[in-house]
Amino acid sequence: MNWQIALPEIVLALCGMAILLFGVLYRRDASVPCNMLTLGAFLIAAFLVLSTPDGSGYGGLFVVDAFSRFVKILILAGAALALMLSFDYNRHEGIARFEFPVLILFAVVGMMTMVSAANLMTLYLGLELQLISLYVVTAFNRTAIRSSEAALKYFVLGALASGLLLYGISLVYGFAGSTSFAALASALSAPGGASPGLVVGIVFVIAGLVFEVSAVPFHMWTPDVYEGAPTPVTVFIGTAPKVAGMALLLRTLSTPFGHLSPDWRLLIELVSLGSMILGALAAIGQTNFKRLMAYSAIGHMGYTLIGLAAGTEAGLRGALIYLVVYVFMNVGIFAGIIAMRRQGRVFEQIADLAGLARTDPALALAFAVFLFSMAGIPPLAGFFGKLYVFLAAVQAGMWTLAIIGVLTSVVGAYYYIRIVKVMFMDAPAPAIDQRPAMVSFVAAATGLFTVFFVLFSAPIVAAAQAAAQVLFG
Amino acid sequence: MIATIGFYVFAVILLASATMVVTARNPVHSVLFLILAFFNAAALFLIAGAEFLAMILVIVYVGAVAVLFLFVVMMLDVNFAELREGIQRYAPVGLVVGLILLFELGLVLTGWHFAPSAAEIRMSPTPTALSNTAALGNVLYTRYIFLFQLAGLILLVAMIGAIVLTLRERGTARRQRIGRQNARQPEETLAMLNVAVGAGIDEIGILRPLPGPAPAGAESHALPHAAEPH
Repeated sequence: MNWQIALPEIVLALCGMAILLFGVLYRRDASVPCNMLTLGAFLIAAFLVLSTPDGSGYGGLFVVDAFSRFVKILILAGAALALMLSFDYNRHEGIARFEFPVLILFAVVGMMTMVSAANLMTLYLGLELQLISLYVVTAFNRTAIRSSEAALKYFVLGALASGLLLYGISLVYGFAGSTSFAALASALSAPGGASPGLVVGIVFVIAGLVFEVSAVPFHMWTPDVYEGAPTPVTVFIGTAPKVAGMALLLRTLSTPFGHLSPDWRLLIELVSLGSMILGALAAIGQTNFKRLMAYSAIGHMGYTLIGLAAGTEAGLRGALIYLVVYVFMNVGIFAGIIAMRRQGRVFEQIADLAGLARTDPALALAFAVFLFSMAGIPPLAGFFGKLYVFLAAVQAGMWTLAIIGVLTSVVGAYYYIRIVKVMFMDAPAPAIDQRPAMVSFVAAATGLFTVFFVLFSAPIVAAAQAAAQVLFG
Repeated sequence: MIATIGFYVFAVILLASATMVVTARNPVHSVLFLILAFFNAAALFLIAGAEFLAMILVIVYVGAVAVLFLFVVMMLDVNFAELREGIQRYAPVGLVVGLILLFELGLVLTGWHFAPSAAEIRMSPTPTALSNTAALGNVLYTRYIFLFQLAGLILLVAMIGAIVLTLRERGTARRQRIGRQNARQPEETLAMLNVAVGAGIDEIGILRPLPGPAPAGAESHALPHAAEPH
C-alpha cells in the first residue's frame, strides 16, 4: 500500500495537531506564533503536493493527479491569504485565539482530501471535516449575535445538505453496487447501467455538492453567513471551500458519472443559469458590501458552472482558470473590506466608502482594479476567466448559456462600477484608519496578479489544460 | 421458524415504539420509547447475524446518546407544547409534500434494476470463516484506515469547536496550583504552642495568619523594604 500518496494531507494534519499542542502548552498569547506556524505548514504542504507523484492509494480511496495537484495548490494559496488577512482583524476584534489557525488548517486538510477523493466515502468524510471546521470558525466571534446566528443557519442548512448527499450516496451504492469512482464508471458505462433510482441518487449527490458552492437552488445561506461571519472567515469561506466544492463537482460528474452526462447536463445548465441571473439581479439592491459580495459569489459560481455544463475539455479548463482568477480577486476585494475601519470601528456599508479616492487613493485604486476585474473589463484577470468559459460554451454550441452569461455580466458591471463611482465621485466621508501592513501586502499582491494576469497566464492555462485532460483521459 | 417469529415480534415493537417517540406528549416518555426502539433494533441486528453492530447499538446509543438525551430533556426548560403547536399547524402541508415524495419514490422504485456488473464489483462480500467483529476489525484498520483516521480528525475538530465556543475564562476563578500544594511544608501551616491552662486562644494570638509564603499582594509591599538598605 503506497501510503505516501497522501503525504501532504498526513503531514498537514500532524502539523495541525502539533500546533494545537503548542498553543495549549504555550504560556503567553499563542495566537501569533500559531498563525505563523500554520502558514509554514501550508508552505510545507504545498511543496509536498508538488513533489508527490501521480497514483492512487489506500485501496482506491485516494488519488493524486494533475487535477488534484492544481486545485490543492489553489486551495492552499487561498487559505494562506485568508489567514494573513485574519491576523490584525482578529486581534482588533478580540478573537485572536490560537484555535483559529488550527481550525482553518483542519478545514484545508478536509478540502485537500475532497479534491483527491476517488470514492464517495472519502468525498463525504473530507466534506464533513471541512464543513465542521467552517461552522466553528463562523461562530468564532461568539459574543456577537450576528456571528452565532450565521453559524447556526450555516450549520442547520449544511447538515440538511449533508443529509441529502448521504441519501444520494446510499442510493448510488444501492443501485450501482459500489462507492468507488472507478467501479462506478465501469458499471455505468454498460448499456442500461443507469436505472431511475441511480439517477435520483445522482441528483441528490449533485444537490449536496451544489450547496457547497452556493449555487442557486441552495444559495439561501450565503448572504447571511457572509454578512454575519467575522470578515476573515468570510474571505476563507468565499475562496478555498468554493474551489474545493467546485473541484469535487467537476471530478464527481466527469469521472464516475461521466457516462451519464446527458442525464445531468440539463440540471447543471439550469443551476448555472439560475445562479448567474440571481447573482446579477439580487445584488443590485444591496447596501452592505459583504452581502453584495455574497450575491456576487453566487453569480461567479454560475459562470464557473458554465464550464462544467459545456462538458468538454475546454470547458473544464475554463472553469479551472475562472477559479484561479476568482480566488485572487475575491481575496483582494476582501482585503479592502477588512481595511474599512474608521476610528477603530468596522463599517460595511458601501455608502461609507464615499470619496475614498481623495482620503486613501491607494486603497481606492485597489478596489477599482478588483471591481473592474469582477465586472470583466478587458485587460484585467476577470475578463480572461469569463473569456475562456464563454468560449468553451460557444464551442460546445451552448448559445443560451453564453448569451445569458454575457447579459448578466453587463448587469453585474452596473453594481460593481456603481461602487467605483461612489468612491471616486461622491463627496468624501471622514478618512479611514491606517491599514495594517499585512492587509496592504495582500491587497498589493492580489492586485498585481489581477492586473498582470495577461502577461503570465500561459503557465496557468497550461496547468489547467493538463488538469482538465486528466478528467477526460 | 423461531427467528421469523422473533423478527416479527421485535419489528412490531420497534415500529410501535418509534411511533410513540414522535407522538408521546411527555418528552421523557419519548426518550424512554427511543431506548426501547434501540433495544429492539439491536435484537433485529442479532437476528441478521450482525452481533457486533447490535452490541455497539446498545452500548453507544442506549448507554450514551439516549441517556444524554434524557439529561437534556430533563435539565433544559424547553416548552414542548409550544413546539408541538408548530407541528400541528404545518402537518397538512407536510403531509401533502410527504405523499408526493412517496408517490415519486414509488414511481422510481418500480422501475429499478441492478447494473449487470454490480454484483461483481460489490466491495466487501460477507466473510464466511470469520466472526463479524473480526471481519469489521480487519477492514477498518487495514483497507479503510484512511477513512478511519479521517473520522478521528472530524471528532478532534468537533472537540476543539466545542471547547472554543463554550469555554469562558473568568479572571476571578480560583485555580488549584498543584506544584505549590506539593511543595508545602508542615512548618508553614502548623504551629506547636504551649497553651497555659485557662488561657484563651485570643490572648495567645493564634488566630493571626501564620508566617509563611506571603500572598502575591503582600510580596509587592514587602519588596521596597527589602531594597531600602542598599
